[in-house]
Amino acid sequence: MKARSADKLATAIIWAGALIVIAVLASIIGYILFNGGKSISWDFLTKPAQVIHSGGGIGPQIFNSFYLLALSMLITIPVGLLGGIYLAEYARPSKLTGGLRLCIETLNSLPSIVIGLFGLLVFVNMTGWGYTLMSGALALTVINLPLIVRYTEEALQSVPASLREASLALGASHWQTIVKVVLPGAFPGLVSGFIITSGRVFGEAAALLFTAGMSSPALDFSQWNIFNSSSPLNPFRPAETLAVHIWKVNTEGLIPDLRRVADGSAAVLILIVLGFNLLARWLGHRIYRHMTAT
Amino acid sequence: MKITSDTTGRVLSTGAALVTILLTLAIIVFIATKGLSTFIINGVPVKDFLFSTNWFPDRPLEEGGPQVGVLAFMLGSIIVSLLAVLVSAPLSVACAVFIREIAPFWGQRVLQPAIEILAGIPSVVYGYIGLSLLVPFIREHLGGLGFSVLAGFLVLSVMILPTIVSMSVDSLRALPQEWKEAAYALGSTRWQTIRIVLLPAARSGIITGVVLGLARAFGEALAVQMVIGNTRKIPGSILDPVITLTSAITMDMGNTPMGSLWSNSLWSMGLLLLFISCLFILVVRFVVQRSEMSQ
Repeated sequence: MKARSADKLATAIIWAGALIVIAVLASIIGYILFNGGKSISWDFLTKPAQVIHSGGGIGPQIFNSFYLLALSMLITIPVGLLGGIYLAEYARPSKLTGGLRLCIETLNSLPSIVIGLFGLLVFVNMTGWGYTLMSGALALTVINLPLIVRYTEEALQSVPASLREASLALGASHWQTIVKVVLPGAFPGLVSGFIITSGRVFGEAAALLFTAGMSSPALDFSQWNIFNSSSPLNPFRPAETLAVHIWKVNTEGLIPDLRRVADGSAAVLILIVLGFNLLARWLGHRIYRHMTAT
Repeated sequence: MKITSDTTGRVLSTGAALVTILLTLAIIVFIATKGLSTFIINGVPVKDFLFSTNWFPDRPLEEGGPQVGVLAFMLGSIIVSLLAVLVSAPLSVACAVFIREIAPFWGQRVLQPAIEILAGIPSVVYGYIGLSLLVPFIREHLGGLGFSVLAGFLVLSVMILPTIVSMSVDSLRALPQEWKEAAYALGSTRWQTIRIVLLPAARSGIITGVVLGLARAFGEALAVQMVIGNTRKIPGSILDPVITLTSAITMDMGNTPMGSLWSNSLWSMGLLLLFISCLFILVVRFVVQRSEMSQ
């Protein structure tokens, strides 16, 4: 009988634990969307931020976040994809493979503030660029790279060996097999991996404080010459992202409508990040169905 | 010799692998070089740096000269992250058991997606929630300023929960079904099966998750910096403000001139963080290796 009551008690405690976690999540999301939802308007999403006066928006910050993500993905995807191909297709148990796995593990668990310091030293000071989008993109690359390599390796390994063997048996070379058979087969996994990674780095702030900087110069969205310093596309200008803006407004903000901006920015950031996660699931699923015609 | 696309492909992917390795080595070398300059160029003894709480990085010579002891920062980091793990680990294991054993239906449809959403929330948003919900709550109901050790470790404990849960769920899933069946056949209750058979068998995965969670808590900068008050003192209670290695770097790195003792000692703190995160990886490797050997 004692074992029975212990079983009941333990079950109740575990249920309670699960309910606590659900309640915490619900209150976080509820709080953000309820408070932030009120401040989101077209003006808020498009206007530039204010330093002292009220009424500022987060338009440039949203643009900077997406642009920085795109720049960084442009660098990370080719390198990460090839690194993943190496691990899934070429690597044999050797010193190099072991070393590579250890490095990926190390990169993956480095605190992002340390990556920010590395970025400050190499991409900001040694290159002489100062705080620029490019420095930020390179710092984000350090965070992205282990994730992309890992997702690529997993996606490639999930392709059935029989497909590879059939391709090789038809006389295709190893590389032809990888490019024409394995990569297309792994495509749904790759796409969702890339999008999940995008969601992860979209909210990154610590690595960007000292690389992409905490200021956003006035942008002229009609200036599309990327060498012009007020062009939004110029990769060598400082750029404050949405996540960095949230941190800065909350810790050093001087504007009178601080709460409104902080609440609204957090809600926008959460919605975008959740959007990335949903997109990853939906797109991965859809491409998979399209390819397998089910 | 004709260069085929096959060779090109092999060379490119090996190249990418080498780039990854070089990048990791570059990070270690650059941070180490910069971080060691406190000891080499400024001549601060390592012992004074690690075991002193005297932090006067810009004190003029006539008042005794600058001193850079980071013990208070280090203890702050250790206290906040250990307490976070203490709260998060039991809760995470309960969630993992819930998902795998107690209620797989609700677990997989509600709890697991909820934990995935928690994993996706950016750390600044955790900091913002802590700042605007938790800090005022502590100030009004428990006293103190609200900016406290308590706020810091509560925020962190939610942040690291997904890491520990997902590792624990994976390792519970990997157990052979027969073990559970055997335990039930011998007349165990569900809780006895979980406590005596499943949890001990999944131990190495759970420990790995806890260590990874600890590493994440230790290295988190902004979420912590926003809620702990950042007072350079060893806290006397969990309602006192505290400072950590990461929050000190976050606050001061932008305001100190490169090459000064103050800036150098911030780099040394970065090196310390790097060193500790490598240590965590070694612990994880050790745990995994031992469990592989025992199987």
